[in-house]
Amino acid sequence: MKVNVLAFGIAKDIFGGSSVDVELPQPGTTGSLKLSLEERYPRLKQLASYMVAVNNEYAADENILIPSDEIAIIPPVSGG
Amino acid sequence: MSPQSGGIDVFIGTVRDTTKGKPVIRLEFEAYEPMALKEMERIAQKTFSQWPVQKLLIHHRIGPLEIGEVPVIIAVSCAHRDAAFEACRYVIDTLKQTVPIWKKEIFEDGEVWVAAHP
Repeated sequence: MKVNVLAFGIAKDIFGGSSVDVELPQPGTTGSLKLSLEERYPRLKQLASYMVAVNNEYAADENILIPSDEIAIIPPVSGG
Repeated sequence: MSPQSGGIDVFIGTVRDTTKGKPVIRLEFEAYEPMALKEMERIAQKTFSQWPVQKLLIHHRIGPLEIGEVPVIIAVSCAHRDAAFEACRYVIDTLKQTVPIWKKEIFEDGEVWVAAHP
């Protein structure tokens, strides 16, 4: 299945764009998405940490993804 | 301000000209807006449920900011100052942990996304 992943902050630099399409084996989960992104973009693993948001909510690794979800990579936040 | 309010605690963040002794030219802020607003709303609701807050303001700018400009303002009004101080501190501390906003520091010799790397 294919999902579109939005990128912000340093993740946008790492992906070289504000979003990327990722092909995932069924059933796609947040955890499997992270693994496939880290394979394709090893620099992700050098970040202090990063989260995945699904439909504007932080998502746990076991969260099941569906193609219509709005998914985003959230590098360490630094507002304020 | 409301007649029942006994105290307003305001936190104003300002852009500093150095980081760890290195001169900063400016900051650039980026937000995942829909989620940032949602997380701010969540912080506001938690604040109202935890303290007797009368009015609460959370303001954050995005885009480039020059030295001395103001990226963030938090204002909390309560009947008494203890709650105002505690709630205001809670809001800014939590915003810095959960709201998807990112700060890039622009230096003479490059740029750094704050907190990105260990």
